[in-house]
Amino acid sequence: MNDLMSVVDWSRAQFALTAIVHWLFVPLTIGLSLIVALMETIWYRTRDEKWLRITKLWMKFFGINFACGVATGIILEFEFGTNWSNYSWFVGDIFGAPLAIEGIFAFFLESTFIAVMFFGWKKVSRGFHLASTWLTALGVVLSALWILVANAWMQYPAGMKFDPAQMRNVMDSFSDVALSSMAINKFFHTVLSGWVLGAVFVIGVSCYLLLKKKNREVAVCSVRVAGWVGLAGILLTMWTGDGSAVEVSRVQPMKLAAMEGLYRGECGQGLVGFGILNPDKKPGDDRNAMIWDIEIPYGLSILAKHDPEAFVPGIDDLIDGVELTAGGDTIHTVSYAERIEAGRRAQAALADYETARKAGDKAAMEDASRRIDADYRYFGYGYLDSPQEAVPPVALTFYAFRIMVIAGGYLLLFMVLALFIVYKKQNWLEKKFILLGGLATIAVVWICSEAGWIVAEVGRQPWVIQDLMPARAAVSAINSGSVQFTFWIFVAVFTMLLAAEISIMVHEIKKESGNNILNK
Amino acid sequence: METLQIYWWALIALLGALLVFLLFVQGGQTMLFQARDTMTRDLMITTLGRKWELTFTTLVVFGGAFFASFPLYYSTCFGGAYWLWMLILLSFVLQAFSYEFRRKKGNIMGQRVYDGFLFFNGAIGCIMLGVAVGMLFFGADFSIDMSNLTRGNSPVISVWADTHGLEAMISWRNLLLGFMVLMLARTLGALYFMNSIDDGNAFQTRMRRSVIVNGSVFVVLFLTFVTVLLTATGYGITQDGSVVAVSSKFAENLMELWWLGALTGLGVVMVLWGLVKTALKPGYRRGIWWSGIGTVLTVFAMLCSAGYNSTAYLASVTDPASSLTIANSSSSEFTLTIMTWVSAFIPVVVLYIGYVWYKMNAHPVTPDEVMSDSGH
Repeated sequence: MNDLMSVVDWSRAQFALTAIVHWLFVPLTIGLSLIVALMETIWYRTRDEKWLRITKLWMKFFGINFACGVATGIILEFEFGTNWSNYSWFVGDIFGAPLAIEGIFAFFLESTFIAVMFFGWKKVSRGFHLASTWLTALGVVLSALWILVANAWMQYPAGMKFDPAQMRNVMDSFSDVALSSMAINKFFHTVLSGWVLGAVFVIGVSCYLLLKKKNREVAVCSVRVAGWVGLAGILLTMWTGDGSAVEVSRVQPMKLAAMEGLYRGECGQGLVGFGILNPDKKPGDDRNAMIWDIEIPYGLSILAKHDPEAFVPGIDDLIDGVELTAGGDTIHTVSYAERIEAGRRAQAALADYETARKAGDKAAMEDASRRIDADYRYFGYGYLDSPQEAVPPVALTFYAFRIMVIAGGYLLLFMVLALFIVYKKQNWLEKKFILLGGLATIAVVWICSEAGWIVAEVGRQPWVIQDLMPARAAVSAINSGSVQFTFWIFVAVFTMLLAAEISIMVHEIKKESGNNILNK
Repeated sequence: METLQIYWWALIALLGALLVFLLFVQGGQTMLFQARDTMTRDLMITTLGRKWELTFTTLVVFGGAFFASFPLYYSTCFGGAYWLWMLILLSFVLQAFSYEFRRKKGNIMGQRVYDGFLFFNGAIGCIMLGVAVGMLFFGADFSIDMSNLTRGNSPVISVWADTHGLEAMISWRNLLLGFMVLMLARTLGALYFMNSIDDGNAFQTRMRRSVIVNGSVFVVLFLTFVTVLLTATGYGITQDGSVVAVSSKFAENLMELWWLGALTGLGVVMVLWGLVKTALKPGYRRGIWWSGIGTVLTVFAMLCSAGYNSTAYLASVTDPASSLTIANSSSSEFTLTIMTWVSAFIPVVVLYIGYVWYKMNAHPVTPDEVMSDSGH
């Protein structure tokens, strides 16, 4: 058992490490691909050489970053098999399809046309080149679409049924998988946040160009394009963020409770604007959840249910299976202890089905099949030792959520201010503290982006497939030492990769800021 | 259902065959240190650098398609042969950023280190992919028990040998295939350089010599491998569904499925024709087309033979009942049908790749172009 948990923890750590590093590069790729395509479109329409120079400047950063996203992306795909082999079989019939579609529709598009983007300037027409740049950007977005469909399905499994004969889930509705409300919301929220990150990167680097005083026109033009992309991005990200909260409240209430550090909910539940969690608090005890907090009255009920009087369950409510009506009456739902029992019944029924199948006893198979169906929605709970095991790491989820929201609010102001300055107050571009602030915001947007990833992925633990398979039942039969070894290899490779990327980026930025880009 | 499984195995075989052909990038990477000067090396890297993503993408799609169509293989082999797949993964990760970073100022480790990574990917990537494919022909040591899912404390359904892929890496038959793939990739790499680089007669002569040397070693390894494969014991599925050892199973497959045998023969002749014509005809630069298409045909036919004709494509040598066949390891009929509709888009992908390749490769790469190139 100890070794199993160790394998689970190390496999989790390895996957989290890879995903965090992958997510450093991907949103920049998403954002820059759009911004570069817009800039090249301006050049195509105006034939102004200035825009060609500007396009090539940002394309250079896109190229440096793109390879890193590709390098880390393949690791994630392989790790589904190498580290999560049970998962690969249990839901491979559904999960594999989006990965394959991503490859066929998106990866070939990106890898083919990116070659034209970088090496085709003198080999193809202007129109063909512009089309290639847009097709690369489209490939990036399509890639995000299909991997996010797959991710959303893990958080909200839909469009499938369990086949006891093969002991796996099989797809029965592709549209339910691809077009679930969770998938659509997740796609837009994630891609739009990538626009914001790309925009902040361009604005931040432009601030550095302004500090060095040699490329004012390049910087101003870049900020104008990036500012509009960023403003549209952050507004739409916030809008889809609201949709995410409603979705999470509906299908992952435990994640929402962890995001809020909420143990006992009530009707008209307030939202913690900011607070400090009590580190000693455990599910089921009487300690206060917060040491200190600022609460927005009715905030969480409005955020999660769009109803100021609605009841939002906390961690203990969910574990106990308790809800309150608007009138204050208690309603009993299914407690986590009951879910664990139901999960174990489903697993026992599955074992009976297998025994009956081997014996050729069709009546017993049908009976077992009925019992599996009755309890299948709680199948994964059968692997848990206690209800508390179904609670995600509260502190990490809580603080990451606050960091994401507060940074998101700051980024909205940042975008408005950036556009205001470049259109109305260009003399402010002489002020050093404003330019340094713009440069520093690059760090803020990355922290915001990673915090969002942590909320989404840590908040859904322990599930790899919501309610159906916890991480401990999804791993491969390998020893923890092997996974530890590869974990540290990846740490070394990623450190090397990141150090080299940052060093190259910094070097390029310094080099470009020292040149007059428009007169090269 | 059976038709869908056959169709998807053919698609997997086709993707695998295209991947083996595109390994000319890896083969070319192993030849970089043979370049006599920096300009020649940069020329070679530039020509490869415009194609590496296609090879990489084909590998990713090959993995994704395998996952979607035969998830039990993905689950069993990837999770089982852990070290093998991790080594393959590491070699391709190092490749992905080496092209972009090697000539960039501030890359920390210097150009030689990145070129070393490319060599590592070229050599180890080819050999280990060959080893992985070797398991499709010669089997592996694993067992599967689905009912483990109902055992809360150890729910893992497939268990591999304790060495987790190391045993596959030291199997001489797998290694034979691995080194054969490496030599094929080097041969195709040299043919590709001849076709794509315009750097004078001396370069062409050196590459021709490379084709002759690497091609000769490849032919020897190929003949040895074919002999081993055709005389090897494979695993077949009997009418009652059990899996049993069958002597010379692959020879039997190539004879019973005559079109696979014919395709293999045609492919081999085309590969040899590309090599012989390049070796004997000075000034001939298009051998990559003959040998490349021949490679695709041969590998396609051989991979097909690993799964067709009631053959276990990943046999368990210790527990034959656990062996994987295209029938017991595939996705459901519904998923395969959906994926089949998706696959209708593949000709469009092939067309635009072909068109872009044509536009970008219309003229060979020259030193002048490399000097003005901001890329690799």
